[in-house]
Amino acid sequence: MWTFIHKWGSPKWFYAMSARVQPWCWAAALILIALGTVWGLAFAPADYQQGDSFRIIYVHVPAAFLAQSVFVSMAAASLVFMVWKIKVADMAATVMAPFGAVMTFVALFSGAVWGVPTWGTWWMWDARLTSMLILLFLFLGVIALRGAFTSRDGGSKAASVLAMVGVINIPIIKYSVDWWFTLHQSSTFSVTSRPAMPTEMWLPLLIMVLGFYCFFIALTLMRTRSEILRREINKRWVMDLAKEAR
Amino acid sequence: MTQGQKTTPVIAEATLPGGLWIAFTATLRRDVTLMFRRRGELLNPLVFFALVITLFPIGISPDREVLALIAPGLLWVAALLAALLSLDSLFRTDYDDGSLEQMLLAPQPLAALGLAKVLAHWLLTGLPLALVAPLLGVTLALPPGSYAVLALSLLLGSASLSLIGAIGAALTVGIARGGVLLSLLILPLYIPVLIFGVGAVQAAVIGEGVAAHLAMLGALLAASLLLAPWAIAASLRISING
Repeated sequence: MWTFIHKWGSPKWFYAMSARVQPWCWAAALILIALGTVWGLAFAPADYQQGDSFRIIYVHVPAAFLAQSVFVSMAAASLVFMVWKIKVADMAATVMAPFGAVMTFVALFSGAVWGVPTWGTWWMWDARLTSMLILLFLFLGVIALRGAFTSRDGGSKAASVLAMVGVINIPIIKYSVDWWFTLHQSSTFSVTSRPAMPTEMWLPLLIMVLGFYCFFIALTLMRTRSEILRREINKRWVMDLAKEAR
Repeated sequence: MTQGQKTTPVIAEATLPGGLWIAFTATLRRDVTLMFRRRGELLNPLVFFALVITLFPIGISPDREVLALIAPGLLWVAALLAALLSLDSLFRTDYDDGSLEQMLLAPQPLAALGLAKVLAHWLLTGLPLALVAPLLGVTLALPPGSYAVLALSLLLGSASLSLIGAIGAALTVGIARGGVLLSLLILPLYIPVLIFGVGAVQAAVIGEGVAAHLAMLGALLAASLLLAPWAIAASLRISING
């Protein structure tokens, strides 16, 4: 069991094995997202209050799910890197950060677009929106800190510490923002009290969420692979690989 | 030679129990002394605090009712920014002249020495800011009766701000122009402290109980006191060793 996990810590092993796993992840992601999109946009019934505008949910909710999961996975990878000095974990954390920032932005943007027909405004200082915005800033901070270091090793370690500090703070920020929201704006519309969804609306959403997760795994594998090649460019096996390709 | 080998462990055992406390107080005393030698810099955060507060009546409205409504938030945000401004220099001079490396090499844990530096920073920025805030509250027509709560919330809150901010300062000390980056890293982490700090003052203005907010500020301080020193020490090691 442990040797199996340890093997994945070797960039060469990871590169070879992820090549086998990757196509399955891409296939699952494409099928699930295609199925969820068609079902959600064309066949799911329109909402009796919001009409067709509710269909933004099929992008908004999966993106919001991913935004938080990516930060947690990034922090977990950072922890693995800092404790066991496994370089592949740091490479994975490196490529996860921009993806997480994009997902957070997608969640915020789709939320803003959704806000126009439902709330009549692009932005509202709602608890969820605010903690999402703060999450975006945390992602940007991790990316910026990694980029600011001239040595890659220093940047990796610093970004790892920040990711771990951030992941401790995310629940604190979330609950304090919830408290702040109840203090300041108790009378306005709340996203949390959405009416329960019927199954035919909910099932495509579940498919979309699963599809987004598969997409995240597939993309992380792919980008980690190219990060491995970039960092191990002077290693024997990468040179051999390049020769074979030629 | 053999005698020396035999006696060294005994000496180490005899000095170690007091060693940590002595190193802590020595670092604290050194930092306070160094800061007092640059008195102008010591005043800068306070002047900045007062200046920012001056901008708001000019920028928004001199109307006392409007100001009283936003005063708790203004005072807290301005104090937070003033504390942030002073953080960049927390480890900077020690990094430049190499004394930070000596602290890394010291037998005492770096976390304790870092905590002493943060305590010195709080004593000379957070504490004065908390004491000056009620005075500026008067100019913003903050209702009387909330001054003590304002000072107390800033007293508790600014200690957390110093601790959390020191992590960012330690992470960016090796970067040439880390000032803007520091605020990008640290401001999102400051939000819980800001929420409960402003909450306490607003509750005092309305006349509600402030104990819950102050307790939360205390809890945040306890948590950051527990965790931040280790993060500071790890970050300093990264900044110096790369």
